[in-house]
Amino acid sequence: MLEQLIFGKLTLEAIPFHNPIIMGAGAVMGLIAAIIVGALFYYKKWGYLWHEWLTSVDHKKIGIMYIILAFVMLLRGFSDAIMMRLQQAMAVGQHTGYLPPEHYDQIFTAHGVIMIFFMAMPFMFGLLNLAVPLQIGARDVAFPYLNSLSLWLTVVGAMLVNISLVVGDFAATGWLAYPPLSELAYSPNVGVDYYIWALQISGVGSLLSGVNFFVTIMKMRCPGMTLMKMPIFTWAALATMILVILAFPVLTVTLGMLFLDRYFGMHFFTSDFGGNAMMYINMIWIWGHPEVYILILPAFGIFSEVVATFSKKKLFGYTTMVWAIGVITILSFVVWLHHFFTMGAGADVNAFFGIATMIIAIPTGVKIFNWLFTMHGGRITFSTPMLWTLGFITTFTVGGMTGVLMSVPAADFQLHNSEFLIAHFHNVIIGGVVFGYLAGFSYWFPKTFGFKLDERLGKCAFWCWIIGFYTAFMPLYVLGLMGMTRRLNHYDASTGFHPYLVVAAIGTAIIACGILFQMIQLIVSFKNREKLRDTTGDPWDGRTLEWSIPSPPPFYNFAVTPVVDSIDAFWEEKQKRLANNGAVQKPHYTDIHMPKNTGTGFIIAMFSGLFGFALVWHIIWLVLVGFIGIIVTVITRTFSTDVDYYVKAAEVQKIENEILNRAN
Amino acid sequence: MSTPALNHHAHDHHHDADSMDIFGFWVYIMSDCILFAIIFAAYAVIHNNTYGAPGIKELTSLPYVLGETIALLASSFTYGMAILALYKGYKNRVMGWLMITFLLGLTFIVMEVNEFVHMYLEGHSWQASAALSGFFTLVGTHGFHVSMGLLWMLILMVQLAKNNITPVMMKRLTYLGLFWAFLDIVWIFVFTIVYLMGSI
Amino acid sequence: MNKFRNILFTVLCFSLPLFLSGCKAALLNPKGIIANAEMHLLIDAVLLMLLVVVPVIILTGVIAWKYRAGNTKAEYTPDWSHNTMLEIIWWTIPCIIIVILGTITWVSTHALDPYKPLAVKTKPLVIQVVALSWKWLFIYPEQHIATINFVQMPANVPVRFLITADAPMNSFQIPQLGGQIYAMAGMQTKLNLMADTVGDYRGLSTNYSGEGFSNMFFTARVSTQKDFEQWVKKIQKKSPQKLTMDTYNKLVQPSEDMPPEYFSAVDEGLFNTVVMKDMMPMKDMKNMQNMPGMTSDTHGMMDMKNSHDVQNTKDYETERDYKTRWHKGTIPPERPR
Repeated sequence: MLEQLIFGKLTLEAIPFHNPIIMGAGAVMGLIAAIIVGALFYYKKWGYLWHEWLTSVDHKKIGIMYIILAFVMLLRGFSDAIMMRLQQAMAVGQHTGYLPPEHYDQIFTAHGVIMIFFMAMPFMFGLLNLAVPLQIGARDVAFPYLNSLSLWLTVVGAMLVNISLVVGDFAATGWLAYPPLSELAYSPNVGVDYYIWALQISGVGSLLSGVNFFVTIMKMRCPGMTLMKMPIFTWAALATMILVILAFPVLTVTLGMLFLDRYFGMHFFTSDFGGNAMMYINMIWIWGHPEVYILILPAFGIFSEVVATFSKKKLFGYTTMVWAIGVITILSFVVWLHHFFTMGAGADVNAFFGIATMIIAIPTGVKIFNWLFTMHGGRITFSTPMLWTLGFITTFTVGGMTGVLMSVPAADFQLHNSEFLIAHFHNVIIGGVVFGYLAGFSYWFPKTFGFKLDERLGKCAFWCWIIGFYTAFMPLYVLGLMGMTRRLNHYDASTGFHPYLVVAAIGTAIIACGILFQMIQLIVSFKNREKLRDTTGDPWDGRTLEWSIPSPPPFYNFAVTPVVDSIDAFWEEKQKRLANNGAVQKPHYTDIHMPKNTGTGFIIAMFSGLFGFALVWHIIWLVLVGFIGIIVTVITRTFSTDVDYYVKAAEVQKIENEILNRAN
Repeated sequence: MSTPALNHHAHDHHHDADSMDIFGFWVYIMSDCILFAIIFAAYAVIHNNTYGAPGIKELTSLPYVLGETIALLASSFTYGMAILALYKGYKNRVMGWLMITFLLGLTFIVMEVNEFVHMYLEGHSWQASAALSGFFTLVGTHGFHVSMGLLWMLILMVQLAKNNITPVMMKRLTYLGLFWAFLDIVWIFVFTIVYLMGSI
Repeated sequence: MNKFRNILFTVLCFSLPLFLSGCKAALLNPKGIIANAEMHLLIDAVLLMLLVVVPVIILTGVIAWKYRAGNTKAEYTPDWSHNTMLEIIWWTIPCIIIVILGTITWVSTHALDPYKPLAVKTKPLVIQVVALSWKWLFIYPEQHIATINFVQMPANVPVRFLITADAPMNSFQIPQLGGQIYAMAGMQTKLNLMADTVGDYRGLSTNYSGEGFSNMFFTARVSTQKDFEQWVKKIQKKSPQKLTMDTYNKLVQPSEDMPPEYFSAVDEGLFNTVVMKDMMPMKDMKNMQNMPGMTSDTHGMMDMKNSHDVQNTKDYETERDYKTRWHKGTIPPERPR
């Protein structure tokens, strides 16, 4: 009784000591954590970590931390992918593979959840943080402290997923946790609860980021930058943030109702007492489909920047591009039902949603043509970001085609839930989102860190990724046509699936090489950073404002707020400078208003983590501690007046001179 | 080196920053609006799924809820009075109106909790049917918002007592005003859709 | 057109090097009229889209190569960023394709609506399907027999599947006969199919439903009408088991890898009971057994469960029942205030 009061449902049995795979993975994670903690003690870096990173409200540092999180979670999610591919390549006929269903089911759930919520989303927000304020000539985001809170809430969500690996289990329901399977009746363990709280907490973080960047873009653009003069990536970001603001509350409500069902015995989605599981499926996709565009639109923005920069040419059809983004944003809200044509809605409903889905192909197609004609008449250098872009255009076109194919309801009746679907969405997510973010990463890396990434290794990584992708996923299209359904733990030999799954597993190994190359690339580039140093601040001959300031930028970004009168502001300025024989006006510095670092965001997130963990295990007192902790921290913050300061003009001048001297 | 921003004060772009902050809060409210919209939608889908149990009509008393409604609407009016006093710089009046607003809001919450407790004790809990799950969740989410608003009001009263009327306080009271008005509007929808239409 | 399709089909087979020794691809090897129509739809749609996809991929390569930085002979137009004519062209091309495809979609979605009875004169065979954890129960209401993980039907006779679940959501599909439809607790969906070739086909659940999901497949046997009738008679006479509510309640318990089983008799209205039992308390359901149109032809996501089924519930809710359940026979349903 007392034990239950203190520990809730948590017992030692929650830790799967009997499972060597989980314990091994847990041990590795523990070891890495121990090494990091040990190193922090050894080098006495706790203070540095706290003052420079954990409490930082600087959007550039927050961006870096988001991307670190994304890479770490990429490794975790990718390990899940390898395990699944191995299992499916092994488990044919009499062989059952090495993963029992209850473990395998958690792995594919975790893979989806991690890749979308804790790889793609942090990567997206990371790139936004790195680039958007610089592109619009701002010194920070609108609400720097909220930005830090968003980051740490996302981190806490990711941590909950990782904790679930060792303490208890994760959901075994598929990445969207459809009820009634995810209800208490069919999933009595804590897995789904981990799922709910990891997503709720990080979802709140995403929503806050959405508001933050929306306001930043609307209100903090430098003088002269009207909406139609914004860099196209910023446009994509703006549209994305609108989607975040509109879609994430839906996710919050949906998961909230599932929580109420599971904890309080409500009946929103249960089979009995009048619950309606289809309502969950509708609601989760009303969030879920815009989520797809939340991920892809920023990637489109990145490709637009990259293709113009590396073709040394203006982006073709800027206005059309903006309109295409707008149309996609709106349409993304009226297509959700195409994820379940097979639910038995009438032909009219199905046909409406099918056609609405196809219509999205029009603006997307237009964008592809615009990218192609941006290259037309350019001078193209095939640097890594450009390679990712070319890889994207070809791969995404194929993925788009199979997507439109599945939007025909009658065809979808055959392809739904098959490996064909798996191939399709990896085709657009890897070929679109991942390629895009990796392009953005290598594009803005020199701006962020002050040195370029090693080109040769970057190209190796690219070729491994793209060849690996085709090897891994083309067989899945075939398997789909053969009638192989997704999420199979094993299958009969007579089905003939086996050879294709072996090929797919090989493809995964090739992608693994790509990831390995990227890790080596980071290490090698760091070692050679002096040789790769970007002294000009403009390593790619860029076009937008972020390239007009030093790399890495000083903490206040712009010593003097820029004034803009055209789309490619920095490019135009460079042309003018050339015409004037490089004469640059002597800048006039003024005091700069900056926010102070604060640990509030970090502390609130930690309390949220406790709150979530306690709810998973029904530890009532800890739930209260977490909740009250959050509220008290927020209130304390409102009583603090010491939140900002001014950097004196003289100080700015000193820093700018130092940077200039270093460059010379 | 650097100096605290306090010395500079109201001069530079503080006015700009305030308008930006309020815009940000407005955007947040819009997202909250979506949150309520989707709960309403869910309620609309399942409000008839009573699993053989009585519906909202049989379980609620319209006059009682009308009382709640009047308390909440009145609180919005008194909050408006507080804001008027704020702009005129009468600190004590602001405090007074806030106090009244707080009491009205509290009345609303107490009445709502009372209603819930009665229903629960009679066996019409949120577990009885999907329709009741929807009812408790929709009305409860609004109630939770109002409770948070009350807590917030309490804190602002403390801060006002401490700080006098500063630009920061004015901004915060404006936030709360937006929030309070928003909750009023949501309640009008709750009242209409859940209680009024439920009783037809 | 058909010839062209065949050519494409061959190309498709050869273009994927590992593809199809003898075309094992179920979707491209249909054995029923619906699956056949769906395959043709699939191929037509791909063809139509390839009209854009192939040129785009080729253009990408050509433009990227032609305007590479090393090729100084190519023109360089750094400020060329707008051409109304071109932009009109590439808004128009996708639009035309989508208009064509949209029309095909509208027509095919209505023609191949799984709820729509097939336009054949023969009287359809009704089979009720219940997805359980993790096996399939088939009930033949007219023949009064039932089977597990095995379904037999005559060729060239339309079959009308009425589908529900007493388990997490599943999806019912026999790929070579036609597309799938969800099987959901408390709801009834429908699927109309007709096989045209005698043979055994793989049937499966295509929606993940828990641990035993991978083993949740069944054999769909298409036979001649005569063989089908004999098979039915055999089960009616020889199978010792009967599917009563009690047997059913045992079946509902989760189990995997269940071999086919046959039942020579089925309780009247068992399927309806299964569909309705989640929608109202069991007690009330007794009253509803003979209610006409109880599992009526609902169509559309919302009304599957809500409106008129619930209306029925209300009709049959006697005041006494209501009081018993909620107040243990004592307090009238009014709020004391």
